[in-house]
Amino acid sequence: MTQLLDDKNIHLANFTLFARHATPTLSWVEKLRRSAIARFDLVGFPDAKDEEWRFTNTAPIAQTPFVLAEHDDPAAAASLAADFTFANQAAAEIVFVNGRFSQQLSRVSPLPAGITVTSLATALQNTPALLEQHLARYARIETDPFVALNTGFIRDGAFVHLARNAVVRHPIHLLFLSIPSAEPAIAHPRVLVVAEDNSQATIVESYAGKKGAGPFSNTVFNNAVTEIVAADNVHLDHCKLEQESPDAFHIAHMHVTLGRDCSFVSHAASIGGKLVRNDLVVVLNGQHTDATVNGLVVLRDSQHVANHTILRHEKPHCSSHELYKHVLDNRSTCVFKGKIFVQKDAQKTDSKQTTKSLLLSDEATMNAMPALEIYADDVKCTHGSTTGPVDEDMIFYLRSRGVPREAARHLLTYAFAADITRRIKVEPVRRRLEDFMAAQHGLPQDLRITDLGSHDQAAL
Amino acid sequence: MALLEIHDLHARVAVPGGREILKGVNLTVNKGEVHAIMGKNGSGKSTLAQVLMGRETYEVTGGTVLYNGQNLLDLSTEERATQGVFLAFQYPVEIPGVSTSYFLKAAVNAIRKAHGEPELDAMDFLAIVKQKMALLKMDQSFMNRAVNEGFSGGEKKRNEIFQMAVINPTLALMDETDSGLDIDALKIVSNGANSLRGPDRAIVCVTHYQRLLNYIQPDVVHVMLDGRIAKSGDKSLALELEARGYDWVEKEVAQLA
Repeated sequence: MTQLLDDKNIHLANFTLFARHATPTLSWVEKLRRSAIARFDLVGFPDAKDEEWRFTNTAPIAQTPFVLAEHDDPAAAASLAADFTFANQAAAEIVFVNGRFSQQLSRVSPLPAGITVTSLATALQNTPALLEQHLARYARIETDPFVALNTGFIRDGAFVHLARNAVVRHPIHLLFLSIPSAEPAIAHPRVLVVAEDNSQATIVESYAGKKGAGPFSNTVFNNAVTEIVAADNVHLDHCKLEQESPDAFHIAHMHVTLGRDCSFVSHAASIGGKLVRNDLVVVLNGQHTDATVNGLVVLRDSQHVANHTILRHEKPHCSSHELYKHVLDNRSTCVFKGKIFVQKDAQKTDSKQTTKSLLLSDEATMNAMPALEIYADDVKCTHGSTTGPVDEDMIFYLRSRGVPREAARHLLTYAFAADITRRIKVEPVRRRLEDFMAAQHGLPQDLRITDLGSHDQAAL
Repeated sequence: MALLEIHDLHARVAVPGGREILKGVNLTVNKGEVHAIMGKNGSGKSTLAQVLMGRETYEVTGGTVLYNGQNLLDLSTEERATQGVFLAFQYPVEIPGVSTSYFLKAAVNAIRKAHGEPELDAMDFLAIVKQKMALLKMDQSFMNRAVNEGFSGGEKKRNEIFQMAVINPTLALMDETDSGLDIDALKIVSNGANSLRGPDRAIVCVTHYQRLLNYIQPDVVHVMLDGRIAKSGDKSLALELEARGYDWVEKEVAQLA
């Protein structure tokens, strides 16, 4: 058994190894890494005294002697990739195995003019100036120790560039596979999306993993950071699917900066992992921009998922809609902390935040913390939060039509989640989530709502 | 044998110290009949409909209910449904995320399964549904929409009667189906309900107003007052109530007491 080192030192030692073996790179990247790791060394892992981490205990992560993940089981990776691939439904699919780019499993062409999808390592070689301008400029190392840790190990990841006026219809799929190995392994995936004026794309991040067998069944930890920066009149649809193994750790920060006249839609689904934390920051930094930020969490056993979102309205005439839904069974625990900032300049902001949680067990715990911070005086902001068991009126309605109580409960749980999934325009993501819910609840897979109609708006 | 025989039925709100709402209801409904139960708000008429469907927010504290000769109160809500009891809700529930098509198929097949019949295949189901949609003048796109979600009050009521027409119950309980309907919708809904009239089934309409009864002509009209059926008569009783209100019934009952 590996002796436990002082938690922080595990990663500092990893960094020393990493710095020794990583191929020489640009001096600004080296500098960035070193300042990031110095920052991590300074602050260490957060503890329960840290307000932002009060409900998520990071001790299991801090105490695990992780080594930097290596790509060491091509057969397992190929099989997992086959399960999660979008195949020809994707415009491009770029696959990472334990954080490292896999040429073999990826397909990055042909793409419409002006669209680039590459590994970060390639992008650092091909377009270093563009990367220097954006990388680590939004998700700052000062924000959070995990961002600092990720930044210290910047090497690989995905880079998506949408040139001015570039439009791609099919989704760009960034698929991160976690393959367990003989030791607990950590990966630091990094995504940078730079969208120039008038560009349009759909980007999906999938984090997938399965439990390993025998000696290769150790925990994996993805410590991911995604930065998205959009200029003006950009239309982005983003999905994040986290379906990792039941013993996986997953900490992810996503930072989105939007210019004027943008529309940004985000759907984040967490249906796997043991300890998951997603931080999402959306900055509406230009007028007449709209952000829709939705989430779905489905938990059982003793899984823990925390979603912390910040919507920052900086400019006038912007709108944001947020809907997070959680389904909690057994002893699972879940956190939703949603903050909406409306800065002094952001007059005429229209913002609505809703969180709904379904408790399928008396032992499950939900912590929902909506928060508004408003510094402008002419705004419309609302938030609402509900937590409870399956609605008895709905159950009675179904039973009165002949559907037995248990079946009604399953159907209504499915329906609760389908309220999110039906809004997802990326068909393979929507289908995967719907199939997952149907399988969990012993339901056939023909429940899908085909007519979205105007209900999305009505329901919001 | 009567289809439904209620004898001295008492029920209260199922919470500690819950108020008694039904205080000795007696009612006999034969096959082939349409009964109307009228009464003021709070008289217990909707509670009666819910208790007959097995709503657990009410506790039956006394009396008997025989349905086709068996003890209805022994059956769960879903068992009542599979044996032909149907409640058209006063406030139909919205179920975002489940299509009307799936919901109805689940209902029809749950009932068929309980009778040992094979599930309907998609084609047979569609054939029945199309016919009933035409009867209720409903648009086909409706089947793909989530159950009652974003429906107007009138659409929800129409959906109740549409479900009733597809499920084809033996005992149809209609709880304030006319409230919130404009005159055209009222005609369509009544038309749907009338299509269910027949020698093998019965309808019990709970209603506030007489106007529904212009379209669904009742064989028997009952007035409910303070948890009991205070007076019964033929359809002329409904007209009299419309003209004179409920106070005279109250006085009549008070004199008898």
